[in-house]
Amino acid sequence: MTTVLDTFPAPPPRSLEAPLSTQTVTELDALESESIFVFREVAAEFERPVILFSGGKDSIVMLHLARKAFAPAGVPFTLLHVDTGHNFPEVLAYRDDTVAQLGLRLEVAKVEDYLADGRLRERSDGTRNQLQTVPLLDAINNHRFDAVFGGGRRDEERARAKERIFSLRDEFGQWDPRNQRPELWSLYNGKHKPGEHVRVFPLSNWTELDVWNYIARENIPLPSIYYAHQRPVFERDGMLLAVGPYSQPRAGETVTERTVRYRTVGDMSCTGAVASTATTPADVVVEVAASEITERGATRADDRASEAAMEDRKREGYF
Amino acid sequence: MGTAEHTLLRLATAGSVDDGKSTLVGRLLHDCKAILADQIAHVKTVSEARGGDFDFALLTDGLRAEREQGITIDVAYRYFATDKRSFILADCPGHVQYTRNTVTGASTADVVIILVDARHGVLEQTRRHLAVAGLLRVPHVVLAVNKIDLVNYDEAVYTGIAKEVGQLADQLGIADLRAIPVSALVGDNIVTPSTATAWYDGPTLLDVLENANGRTDTSAQPLRFPVQYVIRPQTDDEYRDYRGYSGTVASGTVNVGDPVIVLPAGRRTSIAGIDRPVVSATATAVAERPTAVAGEAVTVRLADDIDVARGSVIVAAESSPGTRRELSATVCWLSDRPLTVGARLLIKHTTTTAQAIVTKIAGVLDLATLGVIDAAGLDLNDIGKVQLKIAAPLAADPYSSNNITGSFLLIDAHDGWTLAAGMIDDEEGELL
Repeated sequence: MTTVLDTFPAPPPRSLEAPLSTQTVTELDALESESIFVFREVAAEFERPVILFSGGKDSIVMLHLARKAFAPAGVPFTLLHVDTGHNFPEVLAYRDDTVAQLGLRLEVAKVEDYLADGRLRERSDGTRNQLQTVPLLDAINNHRFDAVFGGGRRDEERARAKERIFSLRDEFGQWDPRNQRPELWSLYNGKHKPGEHVRVFPLSNWTELDVWNYIARENIPLPSIYYAHQRPVFERDGMLLAVGPYSQPRAGETVTERTVRYRTVGDMSCTGAVASTATTPADVVVEVAASEITERGATRADDRASEAAMEDRKREGYF
Repeated sequence: MGTAEHTLLRLATAGSVDDGKSTLVGRLLHDCKAILADQIAHVKTVSEARGGDFDFALLTDGLRAEREQGITIDVAYRYFATDKRSFILADCPGHVQYTRNTVTGASTADVVIILVDARHGVLEQTRRHLAVAGLLRVPHVVLAVNKIDLVNYDEAVYTGIAKEVGQLADQLGIADLRAIPVSALVGDNIVTPSTATAWYDGPTLLDVLENANGRTDTSAQPLRFPVQYVIRPQTDDEYRDYRGYSGTVASGTVNVGDPVIVLPAGRRTSIAGIDRPVVSATATAVAERPTAVAGEAVTVRLADDIDVARGSVIVAAESSPGTRRELSATVCWLSDRPLTVGARLLIKHTTTTAQAIVTKIAGVLDLATLGVIDAAGLDLNDIGKVQLKIAAPLAADPYSSNNITGSFLLIDAHDGWTLAAGMIDDEEGELL
């Protein structure tokens, strides 16, 4: 019997007290490089990748990173937007301008098409986030997309904190969180059987603060609603909801004109604004760093439905 | 406040089930004020609904099944920062059944915190996780002797466990081990020094984490640049004839003008240019840079028009690893399906995926003695030594000198499942 010392040679000695290495790569640079690496792996190993693009800040940063990954060539991916029909007009305009300026291809899967022909029915609370799953999965099947980039970040929510960077979905689009593939080092395994696809999350290790620091550093334009503006709002469940076609105050809820910004941008029917005076990315960085509530906690009614609302949606194939 | 200029430390927790990993993580996050009001409110509500005290583990056990069973099934990643630095924390499972997830969490860690319940001492899972940390060459291992309050803060209990783990660490080649007596539940020596352990004059857990050096800087090592994707715009502009090889520098530093060899072909050429992307709202271009270091994603151009594709590795001309089609390696077997000699698998090594045959199983690590004993096959969670024959030449280094060109996955060719994590041994395979 040999001893383990013969077979596992000792690594070079290192000390906890050793001075920090003279790294020239900053934390944001490291995150950027990690994301770019992921985009290139997917471009090389998949046939029909698609980027989920909503015009929200995370998908905008994702597209910016994808452009960097392949410069000076264009982005070799289609974009897909699952449109609830309850969008902020500023965000839709941003989406369309971006697609036109960069000469990208955009597919839109519309929840309203499904409501119109009865394949989906409106929920009693009027929100549509949960209704996006079926149109998303149909679009993936119809276009035979085999890799689907999502802007989900692990710091957002406790089910997303469990997600791999390459995350397999079965032929029904389902996520099986109890049986995920091991994912070691930076060796991403994109193998999948026909009918299965892989969700890919290049921003997995970014925090909300990283995203805003990066937006500030890179001067990335965003839809105006991410910055402070005047808007008539009313308060419900501790959130500031805009008065609009999809959300009206109930009896006893008073409408006031407030200076607000959106911390996340989703379906207008379940996304709240936060009181804010931030007019630049640098202002937002200061606000986010001082915030005592998480971004989804502050702004998303759909995550409050139950203890495992996001996990349940994700298992069914949601983003 | 976390800023972009902080250095980053990646840490992972390990240890047997019920040693209190998730509680430790919850305590660390809580005492670092990294848990926000809505997260605390959520844990309070759920804890109260179950009729218990504030359950720190609910902060990271995010899956329904985890909460129902009170165990951790898969890694939860948490992000927090102190005034000194930022952390990515991987809270890993303790159950033997989920060891593959612990290997996942530890593979990218700079520090692994191994917990031991002071009442139970070193268990088989402690040994397994120590072996994994040693094998993966995680730079720092912290032994947290937890629940020290439940043994009346007895110094002798702590010293006994620290000594035993110290010996195991020596056997496993773990160079940097630090032991700390803690109580995750009460908070002893996590963020603030405990008055109950007056006999311990070392640092708290957070002190150790804030001062540990992070990712080993490999920019002084020989250049290894696996090509991921060839960039050819083929547009009608200044980039009409552009041909760049994109990838992330695995180790070393690349400079314009450096002589290089492109493996596996072995062709010599030099670096004609290194490009970084420049993107604005409307334009996508590149700008030249003189140099790039390990960890940076860049695109390089070569002086000669030679055959370079995904799977090629650009290496320093003066220290090429050559290529090999046979490997001796240590593997962590992560699948329920046993491995036997003669198995045909896929190997994924840097940007190459090729067929492989297992030609020999040279032994398996016996956790009781930490010796290698004969085995006909490898079962789930076994750590074993294998020899592989590979259908394509690989530009590989030993894992001890390069953890990117020295590591690989074994993949089931039929269903795509990741079967094993592999680390190439120091003994030379047959160089071709």
